This record gives sequence, structure tokens and C-alpha cells, in this order.
Amino acid sequence: MSTATTTAPARAPENYLNTDYSWKSWLLTIDHKRIAILYLISISFFFFVGGFFAVLMRLELLTPAGDLVQAETYNKLFTMHGLILVFFFLIPGIPGVLGNFLVPMMIGARDLAFPKLNLLSWYIFITGGLFTMYAVAAGGVDTGWTFYTPYSSTYANTHVLAVGIGVFITGFSSILTGLNFIVTIHTMRAPGMTWFRLPLFIWAHYATSIIMLLGTPVIAITVLLLALERLFHIGIFDPAIGGDPILFQHLFWFYSHPAVYIMILPAMGVISEVIACFAKKRVFGYSFVAYSSIAIAILGFFVWGHHMFVSGQSPYAALVFSILSFLVAIPSAIKVFNWTATLYQGAIALKTPMLYALGFIGVFTIGGLTGLFLACLGLDVHVHDTYFVVAHFHYVMVGGTVMAYLAGIHFWWPKMFGRMYPEFLARFAAIVVFCGFNLTFFPQFILGYMGMPRRYHAYAEEFQVLNVLSTAGASILGLGYLIPMCYLVWSLKYGEVARKNPFTARGLEWTTSSPPPTMNFEETPVVTEEAYAYHTAYLNEEDYVVR
Amino acid sequence: MSASSTPARRAQPLHAAGLAHHFEDLPQQHEAARLGMWAFLITEVMFFGGLFTGYAVYRNLYPAAFRLASHHLDVALGTTNTAVLIGSSLTMALAIREAQIGRWKPQIGYLIATMLLGATFLGIKSIEYHHKWVDHLMPGPSFDVSVFGAEGPHARIFYSFYFVMTGLHAFHMVVGLGLMAWITRRAARGDFTPGHHTALEMTGLYWHFVDLVWIFLFPLLYLIGRHG
Repeated sequence: MSTATTTAPARAPENYLNTDYSWKSWLLTIDHKRIAILYLISISFFFFVGGFFAVLMRLELLTPAGDLVQAETYNKLFTMHGLILVFFFLIPGIPGVLGNFLVPMMIGARDLAFPKLNLLSWYIFITGGLFTMYAVAAGGVDTGWTFYTPYSSTYANTHVLAVGIGVFITGFSSILTGLNFIVTIHTMRAPGMTWFRLPLFIWAHYATSIIMLLGTPVIAITVLLLALERLFHIGIFDPAIGGDPILFQHLFWFYSHPAVYIMILPAMGVISEVIACFAKKRVFGYSFVAYSSIAIAILGFFVWGHHMFVSGQSPYAALVFSILSFLVAIPSAIKVFNWTATLYQGAIALKTPMLYALGFIGVFTIGGLTGLFLACLGLDVHVHDTYFVVAHFHYVMVGGTVMAYLAGIHFWWPKMFGRMYPEFLARFAAIVVFCGFNLTFFPQFILGYMGMPRRYHAYAEEFQVLNVLSTAGASILGLGYLIPMCYLVWSLKYGEVARKNPFTARGLEWTTSSPPPTMNFEETPVVTEEAYAYHTAYLNEEDYVVR
Repeated sequence: MSASSTPARRAQPLHAAGLAHHFEDLPQQHEAARLGMWAFLITEVMFFGGLFTGYAVYRNLYPAAFRLASHHLDVALGTTNTAVLIGSSLTMALAIREAQIGRWKPQIGYLIATMLLGATFLGIKSIEYHHKWVDHLMPGPSFDVSVFGAEGPHARIFYSFYFVMTGLHAFHMVVGLGLMAWITRRAARGDFTPGHHTALEMTGLYWHFVDLVWIFLFPLLYLIGRHG
């Protein structure tokens, strides 16, 4: 408390951040915006832990010999890298941070339908994370993030159980988040917010939530069976008494393939928002983009067998899975084409979120098309379990989801914290990320095609040049991730104060102050126009004027 | 309101009684709760669905072993339990009915009856489990394969499914009993009025769902090959 009454600085109007500073007000908050911040902090932590394991792997792969770590250690490194980044960053990332913050705001609601459940899901997430971090600290786990039986159930001597419990628990966080989103989108829309006026971000999160609800319980029961197998040897996956380890793979991928759409669909939602805003155009073919999210969610449940082309499933099943995998590429392609068409004749501003979004479109297209290579039965036999697969899914997950996450974080940063990020530095970082990413993973396509198998700590000499390139790229990429980490934290205190709508964007979240008040809106908004009405004249409100 | 109407609730400023801060009105809140509960039940269907899938795969692979192993289950106790559980669903539905017409005492009575029936089910279930324990039919390496001759190892898989499926069902029953205790306390406090008894209705949905799982488990586990 200042003793002087005359020089008290002008206080920002009351918002969700400055309403209460106590620890309790954060840890027991039921405000979706504060819970989003809790997710932001925890997810950033897991991102850097998972990234740390990637650094060690890339260092080991600098030389063909296994000189930095032993084979067993390397197995643990790639397992924990995958586990932490899939279950504790990619899956909860965009829904937990941006979804939590924006779903109620975009539809004009005061909160999610079940605020306490929302807080509970964060605590469940953290509990699952603690089990996993315990396993990491106690010596790690080496089964690969896929836990294939019977290795994971019978032979592995590492902390499979603790990690399994961690994954099992954190799944319920995912289920509760999805449930909350679905109910919120159905029942909490502001007057006039019809389904086809919803921002595409909402459609994407709705589709994601469907997968979370239908898929996650299956991984829960699968991991539970694995745990029982390990604890009591119930024999369901044990070939010695007639159990079927392939059944584990079926159940695992029944969730884990749709789970890749849990990771990419919210990213696509972010890209739709960013492209429309920085092209100042309505999204081309709105309803096609909306329906393509739903189509991905549905079709995504029928393609899991493409992970098992060489696992001993029936060739006829493989044929069907191959065809269905080609089909699921169609809605993804619709999105890419429609984003591109949105850019056409748009007033394009190459701000930081847009740089990431444009990077996303290019990189995701490569990731998606190489997915089609892998859906080809013959070609998949050749490149299965090689770096080609590694490069493919990193193009989608890192080039796609992480870039979209960064696009979204920059785009909504002013709204979340009321401060602008430093534009020049952020653009520089975006370019570093793009270059570093491609230098890391493009060589891996070639390595894989040449036959370098994944998950080995040593490799043949002729692969070294490309591996050195990849490691060099990884260090650039790592730098690209550290720069935003630094300036975003810096901007919280020193960034330019953000206006209500710094990017002249459309959408309800931009009609309230930055940062928003606890109840989001002064009064419940009434929606009278479609989403992305960038083509209508509206520049009369002072806050919308571009500086 | 009838004579046994609820004790008066304290009036809350600005909001109707029981309306959370983020909803516009009670119907919206009720609608959200109902949709949320149904969505949750769908996740439960998928959760048990993984087990039913596994069961279907192995029953198809080892039909003889499953028939043989199934005949070692106690059909009399299983049938009794089915009746007990269906009875508990009836009392649950009646409790909600009483809340709808605003009768307080019978509402509490039916809720307590539901809890007693649920506890009876778990009691009978634990007697069955104990029998299997005595007969060395618990899943795991201690399973006495000699009981089933050549089909022994595959019968062990049947019993693994039996214990995992009924065990998870029993776990849901225990959770259900906890919910019932909570809801009975709220009912006794007079929380539920004919216009507003969402929590009671949601607990009822959950209870019926858990019953329904048993309705599928009972024939699949106990009645294999008994039709003729």
C-alpha cells in the first residue's frame, strides 16, 4: 500500500487477472479464463520436459555410433519424449489453453457449462502428470509411447505401471474437457448465435470433443487391462495362454489414431480464425470447413488399422483400412484449399500469427500428403518403422499443431493478458521456427526412404550427413521456441498495453475489454451477423480503427 | 404443495434458488446438466465397450471354453442379483416420481430402499467372489486350470473377463452408493422441489445405466449355452 494518495497510478479496470491476486484465488478458481492460464503454465512445463528428451536424442544421433547414451537409455528417451508430448502437451494443449479461454467467449457465454468440473479436469491432468513425472524421475519407461504388449505387460522392467496410471488418469481430464465443451456449445450460445454463425474454432473444438468423449474411454479401459495384466497376469494379452497381443494394438489405436485428430483439429480451428483475420476476408466455404471438422471426427474412428499393416492383421482388413485412410484425407484437403481460397484477393497482413498460419498450411500439406504415402499398403511395407513415419507425424504434430498453437497464443495473447507481444522479435522467431523445423524433419523423410529405422540409438555411417543436418535444425528449432518463451513473459510487464481489438478481428471475444472482466461481457451479447463478417463496413467504433 | 413439503431454502440475492452464476435461467441449467449426464453415459458405454469387444473376440475364438467356464458360475445368485438390481431401478424411478409431485417422506424412503438393494447386490456379489476365491478361479497364475481340463488356459481368460467386467460394474455400484448417500442427504435437507430436482434426476440416470450394464453382463457371463 502506498502512503501517498496523490500519486497512485491509474489502475486498470477490474478484469479477471487483477480481481484477486491470492494463491487460493488461482488454485480454486472456477473461471474458465484462469483455468486456461493454469493449463498454459503446466503445458509449457511439459513442453520443455518433452523437448529436453528430444535434445538428448538429437545429440546422440549426431554420430553413427551409440556413444552418448546406451541403447536402453535411448529407448527411454524416445518413450518419454513421445509420452509427455502426446499425452501432456499435444492432446490437452490447444483445447486446455485456447479452448478453455475462448469457447465461452466466442459463443457469448459467461463460463463453460460446468466450471467446477473444468477445474477438476485440470487437477486430474496434474495428478496424471505427477504419476508420469514420478516414473520419469524414478528411472523412466522404455516401451515406446504405444505400450505394445506383450513387451509392456510381461517383459519390460521399467516403470510401465506408473506411466500407465498417469495416462489413465489424465484421460479423464480429456473426457471432462470434451464433455464440458459439447454441453457448453449446445446450451450456452448467446441469443442469435446459431450453429452456422459459430466461429470455425468452435466447430473444430466441437469435433475434437466428440473424439475425446468417444475415444478416450477406450484408451482408459485398454491401459487398465494392461495394468491388470502387469499386476495380476490376467492373460488377456498373453499369447502363452491364448491371449491376443494384437487385440491390444487394435484397442490402443482405436483411441490413438482418433487422438491425432484431437491434436490437429483444434489447430485447424486456430488457423481458420487467423487466416480470416489477417486476410480480412470471410472464410471461403464456411460450411464446408465446418462440416469437414465433423467428417474428420467421424472418419477418424475407422482408420486405426493403418497402424497395423505389418502387425499380422488380415490383408482384407488392411485393404479396407487403406481405403478409409485415403478418404479421411478429403476433409483435411478441403480445409487447406478453402484457407488458400480465403487468402485470394485478401488484404493480407503478415503479422506473427499469420506467419505461423501460412507456415502451417505449407507444412501440414506435406505432412498430410506423406500420410497418403503411408496409407498405401505396398509403400507402407517399405517405409514402415523408418524415419519416414517419424518425419510424417512430426510434420503434422510439430509443424502443424505446435505452429498453430504458437499462432493462437500470439493472436489471443493481447486478449488473455492485455499486453502486446513485440512484433518484430515475434516475426523473427516465427521464421526461425519455420526454418528450424524444416531443417530438422525434412532430412528425416529422406533418411526413412533410404531405410533408416526409427527407435535406434546407432545407425549406418551413410546416414550421418542427414542426421547432422537434422540435429542442426533441431537446435535452431529449440532456439525458435525459447525466444517466444522469453519475450512473452517479458511482455506481461513491459509489453505495449493492448486495446480491445488490436488486430481489427471479428468475433465476440474482441468486443469485450482486454483482458476481459471475470464475467466476460458487461451484458450478454446479441449476435446479428455471420462469423467473419470482414466484408461489411463497421469501422465506426473507435476501438476498431487500425493505427 | 403437500403437507410434507420441503423446508424453506434461504433466498439467494440476484439469482433464483439453485441457479449458478453463469446460467441465464433454470431451464438452461437443467438442459446443460441433462446433456452433460447423457454425454458422460456415452463415455461409459465406450469404456465398457472396450471390454465387450474383447469378450466378443475371445468368445468367438474359444466358444467351448467359455461355455464350460460359464457353467461354473452360480446362476441362482446371478439371477437373484439381477432381480435385486432391477428392483433398485424401480425404487429409484419412484423416488424421482415422488420428487416430481413434491412428496418428501416417500422420496427419502425410496432412496433408502434403493441404497439397501444396491448394498444387497454387492453383498451377494462378494459371496460369489468368495466362492471363486475358494475354488482358485481368480485370474492370474494361481488359476486352477485343471478344473476345465484341456480348456483350462482359455477358461482362465473367461474368468479374467468375468472379474474385470463384474469388478468394474461393482466399482460403479460403489460410486453409485456414494452418490445415493449424498443425494439422500440433500433430499432429507429438502433440496428437491417439483420444479427443481436436477441432481436427483441425474443420479437416477447414472443408477439406471449401471443397472443396464448388468443386464448385458448377466446373460453374456452366466447364461452361455443354457438355451437348450
